[in-house]
Amino acid sequence: MQISMEYRGVAKISGPLIFVEGISNVGYDELVEIKSEDGVVRKGRVLEINRGVAAVEVFEGTSGLSTTKTSVKFLGKPLTIAVSTEMLGRIFNGIGEPMDGGPPPFTEDYRDVNGLPMNPYSRDYPTQFIQTGVSAIDGMDTLVRGQKLPLFSGSGLPHNLIATQIARQATIVGEETGFAVIFVAMGIKHDEASFFKRSFEESGALKNSAIFLNLADDPPVERLVTPRSALTLAEYLAFEQDLHVLVILTDMTNYAEALREISAAREEVPSRKGYPGYLYSDFASIYERAGRIKGRKGSITQMPVLTMPNDDITHPIPDLTGYITEGQIVIDRDLHRRGIYPPINILPSLSRLMKDGIGKGKTREDHAPVASQLYSAYARAQDLRSLSTIIGEEGLTDKDRDYLRFGEDFEKRFLSQRFDENRSLDTTLGLAWKELSLLQESELTRIADKFIKMYYQHP
Amino acid sequence: MSIISGKIIKISGPVVQAEGVSGLKMHELTMVGDMELIGEVVRIEGDIATVQVYEDTGGLKPGEKVTGSGLPLAVELGPGLLEGIFDGIQRPLNVIKEMTGDFIPRGVKANSLNREKKWHFVPTKARGEMVTGGEILGTVKETPLIEHRILVPPNVSGVLDYIIKEGDYTIEEIVAKVTKDGTTKDLKMYHRWPVREPRPYLERLEPYEPLITGQRIIDMFFPVAKGGAIAIPGGFGTGKTITSHQLAAWSDSEIIVYIGCGERGNEMTEVLLTFPEWRDPKSGRPLMERTVLIANTSNMPVSAREASVYTGITIAEYFRDMGYNVALMADSTSRWAEALREISGRLEEMPAEEGYPSYLSSRLGEFYERAGRAKTLNGKYGSATIIGAVSPPGGDFSEPVTVHTKRFVRGFWALDSNLASMRHYPAINWLTSYSDYVDYVEKWWNSHTEGKWKEMRIRALDILKKEDELKEIIRLIGPEALPEPEKLIMEVARLLREGFLQQNAYDPIDTYSSPEKQFKLLTAMLTFYDEASKAVSKGITASKIAALPSVADMAKLRMSIENEKVAEIDIFLNKVLDEIHKLEAS
Ligand SMILES: Nc1ncnc2c1ncn2[C@@H]1O[C@H](COP(=O)(O)OP(=O)(O)OP(=O)(O)O)[C@@H](O)[C@H]1O
Ligand SMILES: [Mg+2]
Repeated sequence: MQISMEYRGVAKISGPLIFVEGISNVGYDELVEIKSEDGVVRKGRVLEINRGVAAVEVFEGTSGLSTTKTSVKFLGKPLTIAVSTEMLGRIFNGIGEPMDGGPPPFTEDYRDVNGLPMNPYSRDYPTQFIQTGVSAIDGMDTLVRGQKLPLFSGSGLPHNLIATQIARQATIVGEETGFAVIFVAMGIKHDEASFFKRSFEESGALKNSAIFLNLADDPPVERLVTPRSALTLAEYLAFEQDLHVLVILTDMTNYAEALREISAAREEVPSRKGYPGYLYSDFASIYERAGRIKGRKGSITQMPVLTMPNDDITHPIPDLTGYITEGQIVIDRDLHRRGIYPPINILPSLSRLMKDGIGKGKTREDHAPVASQLYSAYARAQDLRSLSTIIGEEGLTDKDRDYLRFGEDFEKRFLSQRFDENRSLDTTLGLAWKELSLLQESELTRIADKFIKMYYQHP
Repeated sequence: MSIISGKIIKISGPVVQAEGVSGLKMHELTMVGDMELIGEVVRIEGDIATVQVYEDTGGLKPGEKVTGSGLPLAVELGPGLLEGIFDGIQRPLNVIKEMTGDFIPRGVKANSLNREKKWHFVPTKARGEMVTGGEILGTVKETPLIEHRILVPPNVSGVLDYIIKEGDYTIEEIVAKVTKDGTTKDLKMYHRWPVREPRPYLERLEPYEPLITGQRIIDMFFPVAKGGAIAIPGGFGTGKTITSHQLAAWSDSEIIVYIGCGERGNEMTEVLLTFPEWRDPKSGRPLMERTVLIANTSNMPVSAREASVYTGITIAEYFRDMGYNVALMADSTSRWAEALREISGRLEEMPAEEGYPSYLSSRLGEFYERAGRAKTLNGKYGSATIIGAVSPPGGDFSEPVTVHTKRFVRGFWALDSNLASMRHYPAINWLTSYSDYVDYVEKWWNSHTEGKWKEMRIRALDILKKEDELKEIIRLIGPEALPEPEKLIMEVARLLREGFLQQNAYDPIDTYSSPEKQFKLLTAMLTFYDEASKAVSKGITASKIAALPSVADMAKLRMSIENEKVAEIDIFLNKVLDEIHKLEAS
């Protein structure tokens, strides 16, 4: 164990950063304690060392710090959190300290919050179907255990409602034990946080959940650590304690904004929209902590939530997320306006791991072709919908009018369901065939004849 | 050789500066800090060197040592590459798992190639012969599918003083001795080659043979030649990785080098799980036996990501030098470019467009130029084909990496988010994609398609282009107002899209189409068009023709008819034509 070094006074304070001069024996990325005049201790971490000067980011922010009366202690180790199974049922701040008034949970291990990259050779491919009870997801963009599948939303859209519905309903058909849920709040509002807490309490899920809270008025630097603390616990629970963990991370947009703030304070060259060039790698260091490992029982499934600024899916935050995650569920303002819940737009949505989680022996043999046909039919219906607003329905062929009717019906009966409605997969596929039966049989070019014979309902 | 050693003065992410190291060379491999992390010198000013470190630098301290190795960053080339999975600087990930478990710690040291395994070496040269660089000394059956030809390192030549007799040896054993000007060099079954230096060949040749990929839209419309360079640009989720996987699985190259560069861990797992199961269509052997995987996933260190494409292309060139046709997939070159950008930022270089360094374009050029068909140093012919995925931010093809890549590749498979959202896969846009290799491979294709390939592809593309124009008109007047011949074009275009262009990678039959099946399918559709046109000119409506029972089935032939049974396509076509003729008669 090495001796930690303490320094009095800092050379410069800039945004969330302090610069300490004359340091020696300080390591890159190590943990720092910063004591202000009033004796309050904050935590931070070394961001850069350059010729005896250390740049330190302060998790709780620098407000109230002075250059002369601040003392800085370098702890000689990276930021770690205590982890244990007893953390389920509890509420923590971004660096894993209890926030619910209870005592610190019994510690089973200390872990570096940054974790280590999982060896790609050790990974096991996710293939187990998770039934969320939501038709748009189960039928069209199936979630599997160990996947990272984000919700792309916009401000004012019901992503929180959808996220809690999924957290509440997610099951593996035929398995007793459910998911341990780790809920990670980053920069969200107090009322949103209490909505989540309440719904966890009501459903009785709280005892099987750990909540990490960094709210809108909490310091942004701590926001950068929050998902890492939570995922460190998730890895412990999944890979040491054999639990299936579902991690909900909301809202990644707030996280990215905190990252941009720190980057600006460090005067780094920005790439798009002021976000640092390493936003992709930084996101990856969070999202890639989902998955399964060969020979271990547990798994980490991630459902990050983000709000797309101006509903723009090409904005760097959704864009770079989509480049890392295994698909995305897109929540749509237009559907929401038309009163459809859940307002999931299936066309830009995708689950890349769906193919291995569905089909014979997993869901149903006709699942993949049915989903594919629904996609193409709904895409066609959308095209015709916009065409018919220009030329009127009369200009369309009979076949085209079938598609229009299909589109409407699909949104009303298949997509729409209640917040507390938990549909079985058979119900979902049954509804799907009802919709497809609105089209002529010959239109179903993506479905093998044997399934058409089995399920197509002639008028 | 004196070993140079200095002290760390600055640490910023993956970039470290050390002073007191005058004499270190550019691109020299260095050991950084007490943990001896691996790094490479990227800048030298006076006695200060800047080193890019291939591992996480957390915990490094100023004052710790930085030590040179005297050697550049290089890869080991010899038996043991195939079926292997390596990180960006060729550390074997399977061995690392054995050593350290499921997560990769820092400072792990492992030989790239297995030192204990014995290979059965068969010499092909005899004592006393003159050998020059690149010549074949002997062979090793590395996998049942691939004979590994042991090469004299390119920079070695002389008289063969000694060659070991046929037998089982490890790669550390000396198999030959070559003497020139009184100095003797010991040769083993492997040698090292610096990754940033292209391997030499005798002569560069024009490509002429297509890389048959079994993917219809590629082979028929936008072919790539063996030794060519092609880019697959597309927004997230449009199909870059699946297309690359499909090519790795089905293309008729002899060796595959697949680089997962800054992408998902699960995608590498998928290859690791499926390739040992999937069979090479020609030999029936597991695909893994011809494959080398480089996996530097997005959560692994960013500087090693930068190195990974060089590691990959050097291995590809090595197999090319044995006389093989090699295909290399780099998914995604954009992540490599971003790694360049990140390191450049840490070096405080002046950024050019969107923060990328001004040398982005020349680096891309250098990489793609390493593709090519060549007469190798030993007189055999080999090729290295590069297929580079590009991930443009926001799917916008006017961003720097896509724009600069276009200058160096001769084919462009533009993936389209709209097609992807309709689940039209592969989502290669037939209006914006192109391939300059059409003229090169025309001869080969024509000789395999009764001389019809070029004409067919032009006709089919023309129908698809007309469809696009007609769509504009429909937007104004509606589909009902179109004249009948035009309505027929719409129906045929739809048939082409659904029955030919679309190809489901997950359908056991559809996933690979033999050239013959491609030819027959397209012939059937174009013949259908000809006959249907005649019928329309006789007053039969396009919608009546489209409603014929076998027309809907024609779009499913791609999934229902196996490659071995393509004659059934002709039978089917006759059925369709019969139905049309019956319509005419009634
Ligand atoms: N030929 C195909 N057949 C069937 N499905 C396909 C095909 N090509 C793509 N897909 C579907 O599209 C999804 C996304 O493809 P892929 O992962 O290759 O995208 P990508 O362009 O590599 O995205 P990213 O840039 O995010 O890595 C796949 O998971 C699969 O569902
Ligand atoms: Mg991809």
